[in-house]
Amino acid sequence: MIPEEAIRVGVSAPDWRAALLACGEVMVNAGIVDPPYIDQMIATVEELGPYIVIAPGIALAHAKPSPAVRRPGFSIIVLDSPVYFGHPENDPVRLIIGLASPDPHSHVQALAAIAEMLSDDSCRAALFDATTPLDVRRVLRSFSERGSCA
Amino acid sequence: MKILAVCGMGLGSGLLLRMQVEKALQRLGMHADVTVADIGVARAMAQTADLIVTTRELAEHLQGVKPKVITISNFVDLEEMVRKLKEALQET
Repeated sequence: MIPEEAIRVGVSAPDWRAALLACGEVMVNAGIVDPPYIDQMIATVEELGPYIVIAPGIALAHAKPSPAVRRPGFSIIVLDSPVYFGHPENDPVRLIIGLASPDPHSHVQALAAIAEMLSDDSCRAALFDATTPLDVRRVLRSFSERGSCA
Repeated sequence: MKILAVCGMGLGSGLLLRMQVEKALQRLGMHADVTVADIGVARAMAQTADLIVTTRELAEHLQGVKPKVITISNFVDLEEMVRKLKEALQET
């Protein structure tokens, strides 16, 4: 559920809106969502606040299932410099996981696996340090094969 | 025991919260029904819940609900969840 073209590293964005825009554009290019989903992701934060910043340095960008979602999928964006969402504890954010699902179920297993990976100190650190999309691929492979990136 | 994991859309962070609550309960040797609710329905669903787990931002939308509300800031830190859940369950 993480297509090759949905991984981008070294993305520069001046603020959280630009970061979510970049994340959304990648998801559009990967065929996961249509452009209206990008505005829906930004509106989610505008309405409900920076609760999508789920851990130090990490945001889980998403909106609810909508006709703008083509298929369940994820993107992974590593920013070249971090942005502030206004979260009291977890700012600033360098890693954005984009999520879209056409329903409340299709993405659950993949999301669980991503959460497990982010819970692992070595994999989380390796994602923050990624300088190429291939580095991110290696982290994903390493975690699925060995449960660790050490 | 019924625990409500409350997030914005019922899709992302709420699922992560439910997974972490279930792992934490297992660690604590306890059982509970864990349900995900988006913020739109959370207030109504809170009527029948014993405990609510959510984020600080969303907890502000839940002021005045009957069950105790605990807030989690790091969704991938099982220790935080275990500690806060343990404290809350000892009180209830």
